[in-house]
Amino acid sequence: MTGARVVVLGGGVGGTLLANLLSKTLKRDATVTVVDRTGMHVYQPGFLYVALDQADALWLARDERGLLRKDVELVIDEATHVDPTQQVVTLERGGALPYDFLVLATGSHLDRAAVPGYGGTHDFYSLDGAQRLREELRRFRGGRILVGVAGIPYKCPPAPVEFVLMVDQYLRDRGIRDKSEVRLLSPLNRAFTVESASSMVHPIMARKGIELTTFFNVESVDQAKGVVTSFEGESFEYDLLVLVPPHRGAAVIEASGLGGPGGWIPTDRGTLQHQQHERIFALGDATDLPISKSGSTAHFEAPVIASRIASLVRGSAPKETYGGRVMCFLEVGEGKATTLRFDYTHPPVPPQPSRLWHWAKWAFNRAYWVTVPQGRVG
Amino acid sequence: MTLSQVQPTRSIDARGMACPGPLLTLIGAIRAGQAGDVIEVLSSDAGSRTDIPAWVAKAKQELVQVVEEQGYARFIVRKAK
Repeated sequence: MTGARVVVLGGGVGGTLLANLLSKTLKRDATVTVVDRTGMHVYQPGFLYVALDQADALWLARDERGLLRKDVELVIDEATHVDPTQQVVTLERGGALPYDFLVLATGSHLDRAAVPGYGGTHDFYSLDGAQRLREELRRFRGGRILVGVAGIPYKCPPAPVEFVLMVDQYLRDRGIRDKSEVRLLSPLNRAFTVESASSMVHPIMARKGIELTTFFNVESVDQAKGVVTSFEGESFEYDLLVLVPPHRGAAVIEASGLGGPGGWIPTDRGTLQHQQHERIFALGDATDLPISKSGSTAHFEAPVIASRIASLVRGSAPKETYGGRVMCFLEVGEGKATTLRFDYTHPPVPPQPSRLWHWAKWAFNRAYWVTVPQGRVG
Repeated sequence: MTLSQVQPTRSIDARGMACPGPLLTLIGAIRAGQAGDVIEVLSSDAGSRTDIPAWVAKAKQELVQVVEEQGYARFIVRKAK
């Protein structure tokens, strides 16, 4: 083993890109090891398309080994504990990995059990969930579809809006839209967090007859009665309920005392270092940063951490900081989409929805495997 | 009780946050907390001035105080239930 030992926990977008960037930058000055529980890299933005019968599950998962540079070591195991004093990661199968720098790219994890009565409620936040919802939608012959949010924060904030707009189109294509009600139960006082995007989406929803209930944060579900109730005290009956499940940080974060409320990692918004441990960095869904939990966030954070660790390894002062950059697409149905680009100081100004952005999103999804993990798009 | 005597159980710096928004963070913190907890949210988002009080009223929580600071506001909310 030569040079600095960098251990990355998690082989998602952020962990994979970061490992590749570090390995490319530091070469023999560092040994980069990725620890991933499954060894499979899953492209989560595709779940929405699987649920709505627009894509096969096949293109959503790849072998993580094939996405990493040859000189990055991959350990397929689960990290169970981090000791920040001894600088050692303990693995489930008994191994231990000492580190000089640790990157926590441990993501967010679904906690369906946190919602009383959640049971068989549908979602499109896992591959299994998306496939099960696809089958349910195929059997759907009309009725009331409710789409809501059962926990905050959750990843990909535009996803519930995208889902109602796209399921509207799905029902029209099947000729059963007139037998159906589609209602978005928004946790906010508008359809979507971003006001400019909401202003754009509200008339589209109204034109399509999609109902909107605001300030509805799902509290519980009564499967037997088909009723969902909010923290604010409202209830609705449903025939098909689709919820964004509650999210939490990874178990290893909580088990190691490295997380705050919800298991999210207290992270410096500029340097992306753990607020209590300067040799630990965090990125992507795992942080407590007040920005979107999305692959795009991890994508833009990874180069910052790579640059800062490279500087520290080479004995120079790190210069790069993260400015909160995020970019995501928002599907609005009818084959159109828009884009949201923003950072800590610049709110998004989305362009009018167009087919161009829809195809840009589609092309990005398709090109993901040969661009993002390797750092070919900035 | 003056403001200086209200000790937040949890303080969240949501300045510069555009998405998913200071309000979402507040809702998450209130839901995760215990009755009686005091949550402080710092927000530079102009929309928070209307969004946060509107949600607090609908959800029957208690808006203890809104303090205007240079370039942002501090919202102090007590979890009522």
